[in-house]
Amino acid sequence: MGMTLAEKMLAAHCGRDEVSPGELINCRVDFVMSNDVTAPLAIREFRKLGVERVFDPQRVAFIPSHFIPNKDIQSAENAKYMREFALAQGAVYYEQGRAGVDHVLLPDHGWVLPGDVVVGADSHTCTYGALGCFATGMGSTDIACAMATGDIWMRVPPTIKFAYHGGLGRWVGGKDIILHTIGDIGVDGALYCAMEFHGEALGELGIEGRFTISNMAVEAGGKVGLMVPDGTTLEYVRARARREWKVYEPDPDAQYQEVREYDLSTLEPMVSLPSSPANAVPLSKAPRVEIDQVFIGSCTNGRLADLRLAAEVIRGRKVHERVRCIVVPASHDVYLQALKEGLLETFAEAGCAVCTTTCGPCLGGYMGVLAEGERCVSTSNRNFPGRMGHVRSEVYLANPAVAAASAVAGRLAGPEEVTR
Amino acid sequence: MSLRGHVHKYGANVDTDAIIPARYLNINDAEELAQHCMEDIDAEFVGRVRTGDIIVATTNFGCGSSREHAPLCIKAAGVSCVIAKSFARIFYRNSINIGLSILECDEAVEGTEAGDELEVELESGAVRNLTKGKTFQAKPYPEFMLELMRAGGLVEYTRRLAGKAS
Repeated sequence: MGMTLAEKMLAAHCGRDEVSPGELINCRVDFVMSNDVTAPLAIREFRKLGVERVFDPQRVAFIPSHFIPNKDIQSAENAKYMREFALAQGAVYYEQGRAGVDHVLLPDHGWVLPGDVVVGADSHTCTYGALGCFATGMGSTDIACAMATGDIWMRVPPTIKFAYHGGLGRWVGGKDIILHTIGDIGVDGALYCAMEFHGEALGELGIEGRFTISNMAVEAGGKVGLMVPDGTTLEYVRARARREWKVYEPDPDAQYQEVREYDLSTLEPMVSLPSSPANAVPLSKAPRVEIDQVFIGSCTNGRLADLRLAAEVIRGRKVHERVRCIVVPASHDVYLQALKEGLLETFAEAGCAVCTTTCGPCLGGYMGVLAEGERCVSTSNRNFPGRMGHVRSEVYLANPAVAAASAVAGRLAGPEEVTR
Repeated sequence: MSLRGHVHKYGANVDTDAIIPARYLNINDAEELAQHCMEDIDAEFVGRVRTGDIIVATTNFGCGSSREHAPLCIKAAGVSCVIAKSFARIFYRNSINIGLSILECDEAVEGTEAGDELEVELESGAVRNLTKGKTFQAKPYPEFMLELMRAGGLVEYTRRLAGKAS
């Protein structure tokens, strides 16, 4: 019987010719990651295992990302605990000033690759699926055991296939495709499932837009958001891979739980209204509410292509006098390149607050927390009540062009409303 | 193992930000986290919950972040079991791993109101609503997960395996 992409990769990692949905398997992992929020718990559990060393220090990463630069004493203690463990183990570690949002940094530095099985103590680990990497988020205890043994138990997920057709409009990208999809199937529409993304519309996207799509698979309940590597993927991978990789493809007769087809030729930029990523509406139908803040950044939309897009809209314009526009390049590399290209200057001249890399604002951690009643247009991934601050604040999820346009307009707005 | 307690009932898609907001994620101590459990969705929960109580919710309970702080703080708040129609997958794994009992049972969720007293037998999956005099049957656990739970969670299970190997 034919296998899906997820089934093929899992079979290869448990030494079997074939696996089927529902089976529980013990699976070899190629890479394990955690960050400053989840690593302290994972390390504490690791110490209970009676194991001295991680299974392979070059396959275990600890990335300061969420509360960096350290926001308070408690966060600093957590960061220190993680750093000391990482250095003692000789594991993969990046200090602040080189680090970045974990899910932007690790692929960009060639640590996670096509054909890998990767587990991470962060729900957005699924981002790497865009490379054809079976990457999924877990909790700290799972990650502690995977760090020790180099393997993990998994239930083989059923696969839902998503096929995207048609050309994309001027201001439409990966964010709009995934918000549209989540709006269609709901926040549990792919619960326990592998999402497998296909279609010529994906071929139009650069690697960054593809990361955005896979990144939000978890927002539909998905275990992974997989794509088959193509020329764009391999060009990206070749330039940075630290070890061998392997390209898997699904069998033509693979068995899918469901196949969903989308015509994207009329897709508009999408906005997810408060307070669920599934509340997705086309921009033309979104209310033009007044806003207090814009956040451009995160593992979803804080990459170079995202900053270029936002800068294109905001260049030569000013952020509305009532609005804070917070721009956070998602890694130090992105920051440096954006600096060289003049993007950071463009943002600063427009009146944006440009910050160093952190996950902070996305999760209401710090560097842009919302007060009661405040509204934010954000390029991040979640808009649950209280996600970015006070439980009665509101988050509108959108792509970077819409976010930048909204910053200029002082209300939810599309790029054409401010650039024409 | 038999669990008994009163019900705190919630709807669909209770996310991890509702269970434990990110502003508390620099705390690693479960007891301290428990002081803020469900704070943004049910501010009275912490004052109301008694040891042994049971959370009942509809679909996709625990969606969102991978933070293990979520099941840890529910457990430390004294909750003995969470019953839902479905769980987000990371929350499901985390709960089994840290020893928070969770069950999937549509009928028990439909047939239970806030304040009802429930008795739950984990191995058989029987859920008795003592207030309403009804019994429901949850989906049984796969054998492997029962093994994990009998071992006392994933760490103890892995520790034993690692001990055997060396």
